[in-house]
Amino acid sequence: MSALTTETPGARSRRFGSWYVAEHRLRSMKSYGQTIIATSIGSPVLYLLALGMGLAGLVDKDVDSGANGPVSYLLFVAPALLATAAVNVAGEEATYPVMQAFKWNPILFAMNAAPISPRQIVNGFLIAIAARMLPTCVIYYGAMLLFGATSGAASALGILTATLTGMAVAALIARYSATVEEDKGQMAVIMRFGLMPMFLFSGTFFPLEQLPVYLQWIGWISPLWHGSELGRVASYGATEPIWLTVVHVVFLLAVLVYGWNGFARVTARRLGK
Amino acid sequence: MPAPVVAASALTKKYKDFTAVDGLDFEVQPGEAFGLLGPNGAGKSTTMRMVGAVSTRTGGDLSILGLDPDRHGPEIRAQLGVVPQKDNLDEELRVRDNLIVYGRYFGISRSVVQRKADELLAFAQLEDRAKAKVDELSGGMKRRLTIARALINDPRILLLDEPTTGLDPQARHILWDRLFRLKEQGTTLVLTTHYMDEAEQLCDRIVVVDNGKIMAEGSPAGLIRDYSTREVLEVRFGSNRNADAARELGADVSGLGERIEVLPDRVLIFTDSGEAALETLTQRGFEPVTSLVRRSSLEDVFLRLTGRTLVD
Repeated sequence: MSALTTETPGARSRRFGSWYVAEHRLRSMKSYGQTIIATSIGSPVLYLLALGMGLAGLVDKDVDSGANGPVSYLLFVAPALLATAAVNVAGEEATYPVMQAFKWNPILFAMNAAPISPRQIVNGFLIAIAARMLPTCVIYYGAMLLFGATSGAASALGILTATLTGMAVAALIARYSATVEEDKGQMAVIMRFGLMPMFLFSGTFFPLEQLPVYLQWIGWISPLWHGSELGRVASYGATEPIWLTVVHVVFLLAVLVYGWNGFARVTARRLGK
Repeated sequence: MPAPVVAASALTKKYKDFTAVDGLDFEVQPGEAFGLLGPNGAGKSTTMRMVGAVSTRTGGDLSILGLDPDRHGPEIRAQLGVVPQKDNLDEELRVRDNLIVYGRYFGISRSVVQRKADELLAFAQLEDRAKAKVDELSGGMKRRLTIARALINDPRILLLDEPTTGLDPQARHILWDRLFRLKEQGTTLVLTTHYMDEAEQLCDRIVVVDNGKIMAEGSPAGLIRDYSTREVLEVRFGSNRNADAARELGADVSGLGERIEVLPDRVLIFTDSGEAALETLTQRGFEPVTSLVRRSSLEDVFLRLTGRTLVD
């Protein structure tokens, strides 16, 4: 028994190790806390202003998307922007912070020498990402309400669907980032050729059906499309069949589990356990 | 005799065809300062990773604090302090926060870990740098902070992998002083080093390792007594002449010492009296450019055992 705790050595770490890692990561995020706050508030304001007030002025046709008839362009685009905000957090927190935790700031090896398992390390990283993502989505949702881009109590579910979307992407990216042993610009490639095309081709700015059939598959495999559609269902009701809504949820959960498990496996391998 | 805190028997680690650790047998007693001495690539760090319960063995038996690291990793690691070869402090956190987040990994409450962090900052002589960023610290300060971090859980065994590599002499001596205090307090130290003076300063007992195998075991003084002479005469004849001079000297070592070793830059004469050997050498007409008489060290033991120097 240690003099510093009242339990057998390692017992508390076995139970709460994931939370200790999350606590560590959240403390680290404080070092760029001002950036986090600025982007959390600035991003929805800028996007909703530009698209809601700017682009929506040009798009004078309502979008045939709602359960109760066509909706304004602002209503159509806002849930997708909310999901995109979550995906952006995933892009920021699951790329360089994961890679550098193995390489430039190798804190994972320090955690590994403590009574923390690789699975707990991975859990802690993802919990911390979720802890940053959820408030970001809440702020974004608040801005949507202010701009009249959504309404109704059910629309608040969009916060959860956006967070699920972001976490699925975060787990997937983290799984890859953990494999990067040498920086050859892979993180920039993820941003430019992963997240950006996802943003453009996932039915964010226009219904996926607007795309030629041979490009629509990009949306089908994109977590952002599934998340955006879920957000729209929450915001103004669905025109899609219920089974498709279930598919969106199952798809996002499957991506989350696939990414999470892979992230844990790669981490365990690299830490030598 | 109390049960050993570390017991390794035929401990082996293989990576595909490469055997990094080749059947090591050793024990570490509670409160002992135990050293693994050997050159880079000898298998020291791999052994330390197995003792630290972060790398599984591929053969043999290993018991840490009476537990098998393959099955009780977290329980063992909860009672260890680890100072790795390369610092892995969190550069995004400030000095004191590094100690606090690390203490939390051991399940220490926030209030206790804060008190403990302040105590350790004092121990590491870093109180005035508590709020500094880690990358503002010198190499020696980072090393002391890493040691402080390793002590946050009051470990029963402190593992130190090359603790002073890359530090300047002053920083090394400060660090040795801190480690010596821990030793006096009864902390079990297990350290690897390729510095013979470090091993001599800190270790009660040493195993000399090369190519994953134990070459010799004993106290620093005992190893020197068993594998070297009391003194060594180092003479330089110029890099082109060292080998020739050694050959001529080697033809008749009587009156000089027990044996002669030729290094690229100097010739070593192992003898019980360096001054007498130097006088004999001069009488025989040899005129070294420089000469130095010194006490035998573990470096000489290693040279004797392996035919190589520790820092090649």
